[in-house]
This record gives sequence, C-alpha cells and structure tokens, in this order.
Amino acid sequence: MSEFVLLRHRDIPEIKELKGYQKQGGFEAFKKAVTKLDPNQVTEIIKTSGLRGRGGAGFPTGLKWSFMDPDNWPHYVIANADESEPGTFKDREIIEENPLQFLEGVAICSYAVGAQTAYIYLRGEFWQLAEFLDRKINQLEKASLLGENLFGTDYSLTIHTHLGAGAYICGEETALLESLEGKRGLPRLRPPFPPSYGLYGKPTVVNNVETLTNVPLILEHGAAWYRDLGTEDSAGVKIFSLSGRVKKPGNYELPFGSTFRELIYEHGGGILNDAKLKAILPAGASSAILRASDKVLDTPLEYASLRKLGSDLGSGSVIVIDETVSMDWVIKKTIDFFKHESCGKCTPCREGNYWMGYLTQELQSGVIKDDQVELLYDIARNIQGKCLCALGEFSVMGVLTSIKRFPEDFGREPK
Amino acid sequence: MSDLLSKYTKEIQKILDKYPPERKRSAVMPLLFLAQRNEGYIREGALSEIGEILDLQETEVATLVGFYTLFHDQQAGSYRIQICTDLCCALRGSEEFLTGLCEALEIKPGETTRDGLVTIEEVKCLAACDKAPMYQVQGEAGISYHENCTVEGTLELISEWREVTPDQEELK
Amino acid sequence: MSEKVTLRIDDQQVTVEEGLKVVDAAKIAGIDISVFCYHPKLEAVGACRMCLVDIGRPQRDRNTGELILEADGTPQIYYSGILETACTVPVAEGMVVDTTSEMVTKSRQDILEFILTSHPLDCPVCDKGGECSLQDLTFNYGLSDSRFPLAEKIHLGKFLPLGDLITLDQERCIQCSRCIRFQKEIAADPVLAFYHRGRKANIVSYSNPPFDSYWSGNTTDLCPVGALTTKDFRFEARIWEMNASPSICSHCPVGCNITLNTRQDPKTGRKTIQRVMPRQNEWVNELWMCDKGRFAHQFTSSEERLTRPLARNAKGKLKPVSWGKAIKIAAENLKSHPDSLVTLVGGRLSNEDLYQLKLLTEGLSGKAVLNSYLAGGDLTAKVGLGKGTNLQDLGSGTAILVVACDLEEEAPLWWLRIKAAAERGAILIVANPRKTKLDRFANYILRYEYGKETQTILDLISKKGEVPRAFKEAENGLILYGAEGMDFVTSQELSGACANLLIKTNHVGRKNNGLIGVWPDANSQGAWDMGFTPEKDLADCLTGAESLIIAGADPIGDGIIEDLSGKFLLVQELFLTETAAQADLVLPVMAPTEKSGTFTSGERRVQRFETALPPQGECLADHEIATALGESLGLEMLKGSSEIMLEEITLNQPDYGSLTLEALCEVPEQRPIVDSDALSYTGTVFKNTSGVGVQLSPEAEKTEIILKKPSPSKRKIGKGTLAVPVTHLYDQGIMIRTSEILHPRLITYQLIINPKDADKKGFSDSSQVELKLGDKKYNAEIHLDPSVPEGVILIPRSMGIPLDGPERAVLGPAK
Ligand SMILES: Cc1cc2nc3c(=O)[nH]c(=O)nc-3n(C[C@H](O)[C@H](O)[C@H](O)COP(=O)(O)O)c2cc1C
Ligand code: SF4
Ligand code: FES
Repeated sequence: MSEFVLLRHRDIPEIKELKGYQKQGGFEAFKKAVTKLDPNQVTEIIKTSGLRGRGGAGFPTGLKWSFMDPDNWPHYVIANADESEPGTFKDREIIEENPLQFLEGVAICSYAVGAQTAYIYLRGEFWQLAEFLDRKINQLEKASLLGENLFGTDYSLTIHTHLGAGAYICGEETALLESLEGKRGLPRLRPPFPPSYGLYGKPTVVNNVETLTNVPLILEHGAAWYRDLGTEDSAGVKIFSLSGRVKKPGNYELPFGSTFRELIYEHGGGILNDAKLKAILPAGASSAILRASDKVLDTPLEYASLRKLGSDLGSGSVIVIDETVSMDWVIKKTIDFFKHESCGKCTPCREGNYWMGYLTQELQSGVIKDDQVELLYDIARNIQGKCLCALGEFSVMGVLTSIKRFPEDFGREPK
Repeated sequence: MSDLLSKYTKEIQKILDKYPPERKRSAVMPLLFLAQRNEGYIREGALSEIGEILDLQETEVATLVGFYTLFHDQQAGSYRIQICTDLCCALRGSEEFLTGLCEALEIKPGETTRDGLVTIEEVKCLAACDKAPMYQVQGEAGISYHENCTVEGTLELISEWREVTPDQEELK
Repeated sequence: MSEKVTLRIDDQQVTVEEGLKVVDAAKIAGIDISVFCYHPKLEAVGACRMCLVDIGRPQRDRNTGELILEADGTPQIYYSGILETACTVPVAEGMVVDTTSEMVTKSRQDILEFILTSHPLDCPVCDKGGECSLQDLTFNYGLSDSRFPLAEKIHLGKFLPLGDLITLDQERCIQCSRCIRFQKEIAADPVLAFYHRGRKANIVSYSNPPFDSYWSGNTTDLCPVGALTTKDFRFEARIWEMNASPSICSHCPVGCNITLNTRQDPKTGRKTIQRVMPRQNEWVNELWMCDKGRFAHQFTSSEERLTRPLARNAKGKLKPVSWGKAIKIAAENLKSHPDSLVTLVGGRLSNEDLYQLKLLTEGLSGKAVLNSYLAGGDLTAKVGLGKGTNLQDLGSGTAILVVACDLEEEAPLWWLRIKAAAERGAILIVANPRKTKLDRFANYILRYEYGKETQTILDLISKKGEVPRAFKEAENGLILYGAEGMDFVTSQELSGACANLLIKTNHVGRKNNGLIGVWPDANSQGAWDMGFTPEKDLADCLTGAESLIIAGADPIGDGIIEDLSGKFLLVQELFLTETAAQADLVLPVMAPTEKSGTFTSGERRVQRFETALPPQGECLADHEIATALGESLGLEMLKGSSEIMLEEITLNQPDYGSLTLEALCEVPEQRPIVDSDALSYTGTVFKNTSGVGVQLSPEAEKTEIILKKPSPSKRKIGKGTLAVPVTHLYDQGIMIRTSEILHPRLITYQLIINPKDADKKGFSDSSQVELKLGDKKYNAEIHLDPSVPEGVILIPRSMGIPLDGPERAVLGPAK
C-alpha cells in the first residue's frame, strides 16, 4: 500500500490512468457504496471517521452531509476547486495527478446525499485542469462508472466541470453558488446554509477537493483506520502546502499531529540560505501570523493546537518568512491581495481594505510613523466582526497579528 | 443568428447541456470565455448575443465581465503573460523576474509590446506558490501555466510565438 | 393569521408577527435602526452593515429544552459578542435587542467612517441635500474630522447621464444596490448593474436606450445618497424650500398617490412644480410610481397653455375676450340651439367637474357623452372589484385574467402589482394576440387573433379545460380588460363576456374579486359613474348635434370627426387642440394641479387631490365654468367649492353614498411605516397624511346581477393586412408631448409590424412608408417588433393616425 492517502501518485504514478487506478482498487468503494450501502450508512461512516473539511473551516464532513434537507429535491454536490488562497496549491496537485480518486470521492459523496448531478467548480485559471477532468469524466462514463443506472441500480450520476473566471471570493461557498448560477460572486447571507438552500435554491453539499479525495479510502479501509492516522482532535492526514523562504517548497501529506519543525526543516529542507526563521503564516494570506519560536515549531499541526496559539490551520497553507523579510511588507502584500479580491458587497471589507491598502503602502514609502501604525491597527479592528463573509475577517488577521507580534517591524519597541 | 451562435453551435449546445434548461443563466461565464477566445477580449456586441442565447439583459452579462478578472473588455496583446507577484511568489523572486522581463521587453507592467504580441500583467496568487517565478499565459489557446521561469526562457518562448503570429502592426 | 412573537428592544416590550426582521419590529416600536441597503420592499442583502445591533437570546438547556433562568427568575440571555444585522435577523420569542449600546453606536460610527472615506462630501451641490440618509446619519453619529486623507479619495465619474431621465454621480454611490435590486425584483427590468468589483464598482446600464425602464425614477427615491437624481430636478431647488401637496396622478386609471413639490420661482415669482414624488398608498401604488407620472408634469406649466377665454370674431379669428363676455356668448348660443346639445367629456375631468357638467347638460336636455374607446363602465359599477380589495394581498388562491391590453403600457402600476401577485402564487392568465411583458409571469397565455377577444372569453365560460378550470376553481378571480385592437362596440361585447365569466364562476360581489376596466384616462370610471356614457358611433352623434360642449376631449385631433363647423362649438381645454381650434368659444381650464377634487380609479377607489398651484392666467375649473353657464341660463346650479360639490354627489349618486370627506381623508396604519424623519428606511417616498381614498362597493355586493350573454359580432373586415389600435405609454398625447424631459423617450413611429412582413416589402426599422386606411393615406414611420403577429399592423393611439377599430390597410413605400 502507498504511504500516502491523498498523494498516492507519488509512489504509484499510474494511478492517474483509469486502468492503474482500478488496479489499486479504484471505484470499488463507490461500487460498494452504491450496491451494498444505504446512503445514510455512507454518511455515517464519514461521520465516524472524523473527517473535517479541508477547505479552511474544518467543518465535520459527515455532519454536513447529514444536514441535506430531505424534503427538497433535487440535491447537488459541488466540489470546491477554486483554490485561490495565496499559499494554497494542494487541490491542483490532486486533480493533476490523482484525479480519479478525487472523482470517486465526488461520486461517493453524491450517492450519500442523493445527488444525481455534481459540479466541480474550478478557478478559471485551472482551464487546462478542467479539460483534463472532462476527459477523465468521459472515460468514466464510457466505463459505466458514471452515468445512468450505475452498477445495475437505479442510481445515476453526472459530473460537470465549471470554470470560474478570476475571483478569490468564489471560493467562499455561497459566492461560489452565485457564480455557478451565472451571477457576480457575492456571498449570500447565511443562514440558510447550502445543505438547506444551495445551488438553484436546492440542498447542496459544497466540499473541498482534498476533503472529497479522502472519502474513497475511508470507505475502503474503514472509519477507524482513518481516525487512527491523526490525533484525537484531528483525524486522518492533511496536505500542507509549504511555500515562502524554504529550500524545498511543495505539498507534503502528513498525519495530523506532525509539527511545524518537521514540516519546515525535515520536509522543507530548512530555510533558504539557512537564514533564521522569523514568522509562519499557517493558513495562507488570511493567517493570524505566528512569531517563530521553539514552542511554535513544536506545536502539533492540528486544529485545536493552532487555535491555542492564536492562529488557525485553515487549508494548511504554510508560508514561511525568514529574517530578511519585514512584516510591514508582508502585510502590504496580503492587503494588496484582499483589496483586489474584496467583492465590495459589504462596507467594512470594501472600504476598509481600500484604506488599509493606502496605509500599508504609506508604511513602505519611508519612515514609519507611529500614528499611522496606530491608525492601521484601529482600522483593522473596526473591520473585525462587522463583515458579511469571512474574507473581510481574513483580511485583518495579518495586520493585527503582525503589528502586535512584530512591533519592531513597525518602528515600535519589541515587547 | 448571432455570430457566436453560428460559429460555435456545437460548443454552445454542449455548454448548455451542463445545466438544467430553466437555469441556463449558469452558462453565461462559459459563453463569455467562448466569446473571448478569438480576439482575447469581449466585444460589446458579444454581450447582447450571449444575452439573447440565455434570455438575459445585456447589462446582466456585462456585469460579469466587470467582476471577473479573467474577462477583458479591452484588446491587448495576443498573449497576456500574467505574472504572479503575490506574497508567496514575491518571497521567491517573482518581482525581480517581472522587472527583468519588462526591461527586456522595454515595456512596463500592464503594457503591450509594440508588435502587439505580448502584454505583461501582474496577477494575484495562481496556486503555484512552490514554483515561483511563474506566470500563466492567456491567449487563444486558453490558459496555460509556466512555472519555475527565467527571463531568458520566457524571451525564448516569446520569440517562438513571434514566429507563428502575424505582426499586429503589419496587419493594420 | 401568523403567530405573534414577543421580544425586547431597548427596554420596550414589542409583540409583532413572526417572521419580521428585527429592523421592522423596531420600526413598529418606534425605534429607528439606521439602514442603507435594507428596504422593506426589497430582499434583504445585509451588505452595508449599518444596521448592526447587539442581539441576545434566551438560553435553553440542551437536554430538557427548558429555559435557563437567572437567580431572579428571568431567562438567562446569551450574547455572542458579535453584532448582527437587524435587517436580516428574524425576530424570536424572548430575544433581547440593544440598538443603543456603546458597541452599537461605535459600530455605526465605524461604518459611516468607512463609507465617508470614498464619499466626495459634495453636499453643497448635491440635490439630495436635506433628504440624504448619509447626511442625516453622519449628522447623528459622525465624527467631525476625516482620518482618511481627502487627497487620497477615489474619484469617479460625476453627473453622468444614466439614460434620459436619471443622472448618476458615481463617487457618491455607496454600493447599497437598492437601485439594482429594485430594477430586478420589483420592475423586472434588470438593466442596472455594477461593473468592476470592490471599491471600483460603479452602476452601469447596457440597455438600449440606457436605463430602459418605465420605473427608473423610483431608484432615485430609494438611493440613500445623491448618486441617482432625476434630471428634471437637477439644481432646481433645495428640499426645504418646497411645498408639498397631496395629489393623484392624472395620467392613467390606476390613480397613484403622489406629492407635488412646488416652489415659488424666485425669478418669475410663479409657483411651479419642481418634482413629482410617490406618496404611500399600500392599496394603490404602495411606494412607487411610473416615469410617465413622475416626469409628465411639465404640461401644467407649458407655455402652450390657454390662459384666457377666446371667442371667434367677425373675421373668423379666435380672439381673447373677458369671462363675462364669454359666458354671455355661450349662454346666448346655447339658448338659441335648445334641443340638441351634446356634452362630450374626457376622463381627465374630476368627479366634481363632471357632476356640474351633467347638471348643466340635463338642464338643457342635452346628451352627456364620454369620450372613451373602452366600454363597460356600467358593468364595473355592477361587478367591479369588491370593496376592500388590495391587489397586494393577492397570491395563491387567486386567478387573474388580463385580456386585450398591454398593462405596463396602459396602467403601469397595475402591471407591477399583478406581476407581484403572480410571483406570490396567483394564477395569471394573459390573453392577447401578441406577447407582452406580462407574459413572462403568466401561468397561461391565450393567443387569439385580433377580433376573437370576446369568443376567447366566452370559450372560458362554455368550454372545459385547464384554463377555464383554473379560473373557476380559484377562490378569488379578477379580470382586467382593455381595448387593444378593438373599437367601442367590440369592447362592449368583451366587457360583457368578462362580466359573465365572473358571474358564472362566482367571482363577483366579494373582496378581491371583480372586473377592472383599463381605461384610457384617470377618471373614465368616474365619468361613467357620473352619468356620461360613450356613444356607439360618436362621429354620428356629434354630427347630429346643433350645439356642443366639449370638455377635455379632442375628437378632431383623435380623428373621430373632421369637421364640426356649422354648430355652436364650446370647448373647455388646457391647450388649443385641433377641436379647440375649430371652436366658436374656447374656455381655458385649470390643470388638475390647480384645483381640488376627486378621481375614481379603475379599482373604483375615490381619491382626493388638493390644489397645488395657483391657476394659470384666467383659468377656471371645469365645474366653475359649468356653474357660471348654468346660472346665466337660469338653471338652478349648486355653487361652491369642490368639497361642497362632493357632498352633493354623495347625496345624489347612490354608489357614492358612503363617501364623506372625512372618510376620504382617513389614513389607516400602513406597512412599511413611512416616516419623513427616518429617510434611510423607505427613502424619499412621501408619507400619506391626507387619505388613502375610499373604495366603492359594486352593486353585486347588494343584489344578484344577471346579465345577458353577449354574442360576438360577426363583422366582416375582409382580407389582407389588418391594422389595429394599441395603447403606448410614451405616445405623443398632449399631456406628455408638452413635457420636454420625456421627449427623447417618446415614440416617433406610427406603425409597428413584424420584421418578416417588413422583409417581404423591403422595409426596415424606421423606414418611412405610406399607409392606406380606407380612402385615407398617411405617411408614417415603421417600427419592427417580432412579437407582432404577421399580417398585422399595430397603430399606437395618439400618434396621429386615427384608427377606431380593426381595419384593413395597405402598406406601400412613402411617396
Ligand atoms: C474568502 C473565502 C475563500 C475560500 N476559498 C476556498 C477555496 O478556494 N477552496 C475551498 O475548498 N474552500 C474555500 N473556502 C471555504 C468554503 O467556503 C467552504 O467552507 C468549503 O469549500 C467547504 O468545504 P470543506 O468542508 O470540505 O472544507 C473559502 C472561504 C472563504 C471565506
Ligand atoms: S446608486 Fe444609490 S441605490 Fe444604487 S447602489 Fe449606489 S448608493 Fe445604492
Ligand atoms: S446590512 Fe442591514 S441595512 Fe444594510
């Protein structure tokens, strides 16, 4: 068996092709589900496995599936392949290299929630990936692994790809739904949540690509097997996208409970030019930024522990900052991003990022003035807790935490 | 029949088939990509054609062109080289790469080379943070990724394009 | 009835219907929660974040479901620590809302500060100044200095035309999207949208013409800032300089409640209308009005208005005379032709005018005739809408049949409300030979050929099928009928068929049931009720008269008759119409804005309007003229104000017996609550303080109505292309032609045909052609529209080609 759960192509390259994938038992889990299990049983297995969403929020996956409104049909499944958070590039590798396991995950999820149509929403830049997936889907249809009356049952499933066109906000699940409906990607009010009111107003499960790619093996090996791979708090494995000032950036699939130290120094080969590690953004540009320390480096990578550190695991996009980089520049970069990506629907995010963009730019242009830092901090605080969707909240994390945790980079006395 | 419809009859049908018939508005973004395919930007006339196919007001189509950054309402070079200069790539030299490439092409970011072949644009994260410097090329053939790039390699690529693409200036 | 919920808002116990949003519940309790994006008639989006409040909820034990109590026995309240948008959170039992806490106040200041970072602060030159929510709220909560450097403000386009009627100032826009949502949700014209995203987003319209909608003016009422303003009001006046007079729109039978904002022009000293605004009446127009009503007010101040009586002198020229002289001339002439007086009136006269004219006519044993191509006012009095009907209440359980009219063109507000009823689940049946905008919302569309309208309705009575069943089985049923493609005679048949259908399906004599005529004018229904009836052959009737009083009608201009010479012709008019130009005596009358009185709407709601302007020149009200004439002829006439006349009407017109001035002026509680001091909630729509009017009871509420079933006339029209009359909102009628601002939107074509027919003849859009109707020839401009049936020419009324009913026509190249 592969040492990987998700990145299995790394030791079984032929898994990319249907024959190779089937040789590894591919689509047996889907067949088992459709022919032997009741949809609720599938959901139950996923619940027990402890799988949580890998798109950032970490919501228990089985629980989400069980929320689908049974009185409103049809149901839809959407795989979220928008992957636009700076520092995140795991879903792309999965789709490129292990596409069939992902598609099988989509299929099993669809069966579990009674969906006969599933969409894969890919960021528009993944144009080639979408074509590639279309070919794979076509193969599966030819092999009767997708389509009408699967495995001789009355269950049918069609999977379609759908391309976004350049908007980070469309990764937010309700903005994604709007976009898929042919509108501007503006987040909807929640509640109602997608499992009761989703695509076209119908119950919809939105799951991240990585989340879904876990599903076939959970069905194959059982919930307990998956649980045991991780920690008490966080079951299973996670792909960490490592980037920034490290020697070997890339995706690393690790069981939960591994540490930053292992990730950065063992897998990532340490810091570029062997410089000193300064800061870690554990969840991409939206991270609450951590000041590097032994305590941080030895913290197990799992949802609860990171929260205790005053940060979040998010989608596991670890950006490494070394001593050559100043934090005022880092937040200028993150704010540039959020300013560019704010959909503009809600006031604090739209105007606040515009304002923070001006201030972070000012900080770059010469001597740092303390009252400007103070103002920046205040603006960020004023945005916090007032936004319609998480993007606005994300945008201030870097600002607040870096001013607080790296005062020296803002012309202030270190604490 | 509209230009778009007559040119891409089959493709349009395939796109429409993806969505429930009463939800054909979902096809608007795929159709915009289609409209953009040839000229690299969306003519205003295409908006009403798409509107007609999908029973939408032109305004409802236009608003999407404005919202999504991969749609363009202005003509640019035949190839748009869109370099990621977002945080992770910038930590790995993408800004220097951008400067270097722009100097070599004698244009500034956002500008198009004199022959109308290449436009250099800065973009946000493209989910290739481990392979900086990187860019995507948006052109007639859709979008393709280029990773771990160098200025020299890119210039070579551009000269390959130049060989197969007629000079825009001469065409005029 | 919906369940009630009790909650606490700022130390007030409030009991409201379940499902209400916190912001609405607070409003009912008299507490204003400031909003920008929220509007009670639009879907909540929770975008501006201005309405953030602190909400606590009672805690329940997870296992038992019981409330957890404090030591003092009150429920323990849990606060999340995060503010919530009052515009999206529904009320819940036991909820505690704090709208004044420090956190809430700070939050409002923060949001205002954010909005102001991009706002140009050009209040001194902003037309919204004085009624701007942003200005008001900044005044209440704002900080006086800006922490955002002024020089860094984003700059966007100013004073951009957004279509012909609306001006857009992009940098004032706060992106609340009310305008976009109004156009999409209420008007179903999604012709506004944002372009770009984030701070760069701005309002655009790609329609042709831009902002192509009959509803555009409403967006300026909704806009909480001065981003959208109307062109007619631009830089004209400040809000606080104006007077507000309650009025009723005089352009169509809906009877929208409006407010006329007037001001003394500092230069001319003349009082003029600065703008027309909707006034809330949830039974009639809710908070809306159409652009025709809003912008076609300039006719009142038109230079072309008649201001002095004119009499024909010895040389045959119309020359000014004094009123005394004029009345004398009239009396002498009327006396000398005693037997065959015909008084022809139009539906723009008030009930009071009509009543007096009727008295005068009766006193002279004349005939009281109404100018209307639509028949059936007698039937609407019998089986019209039941008292208490509110189209807004209709939804599932109601079937609505709209036949032979294009509602948005003829009675726009009804279109809006019928469409909304369909969206709420009412069964909508649209019967018309061609596609109209209402079709989009119809459950059933009945296409018939022009000429088959009555048969179509009779079939609903006699035949079985889904549509007849749907109409019959609905709890409530109502019919709106018009006269598209019809003349008076066929319209009489159609109205009869409709009334029969209602009676047969038991949809009469009850609230939310009955018949509505889509009348040509604002008070056509009132004219029927006052005893004026149309003639089968109006031309014949006019020819037969020896003396004529024509008030508010232009039979010559309408092409009904060509020549009225040889009789004594007295015309009471606003303008020198073609008929007036042939008159022996022309008496200038007040516009509705210059007098008070009542109109009876198509829903048979009697509504009062008040005097807003002094009369132009020497103009008198039509009823004053009638009184003076009557008196000089020795008739016993009632004298006095319109109020006294109204009282007389209630005494003598049985239907109107229930009316009193007090009842007309009553203002029951309306939702949403419009409050001129809290503009952010409903915008600049005016609060109704002077009455929502009284709906009359149709006869069917008292007695059973039995009608003879009409049989459709078997008139032969022959073969070939068929020309039929239709009604267009922006035609070239005198009341609209005289309003300059609407000029670019008025239609210029006289014929509408199918592109295929045009192709066959080699015509294209805007081609000039020659139209032969009988032995008459007209030069005309063509407009192409694929929804016109092939072989048919639509001829909009009031465009210069008189066409009474369907007629064979020949199209040829212009000569
Ligand atoms: C601004 C924003 C961007 C997001 N982008 C993504 C994304 O690119 N991919 C993704 O899977 N989830 C993204 N999410 C999270 C989704 O809203 C959603 O929680 C997720 O797709 C659910 O899938 P999961 O339960 O499998 O994680 C984003 C959320 C926000 C607020
Ligand atoms: S123009 Fe006015 S109504 Fe429209 S979004 Fe802007 S502020 Fe809101
Ligand atoms: S968010 Fe509630 S009024 Fe705008």
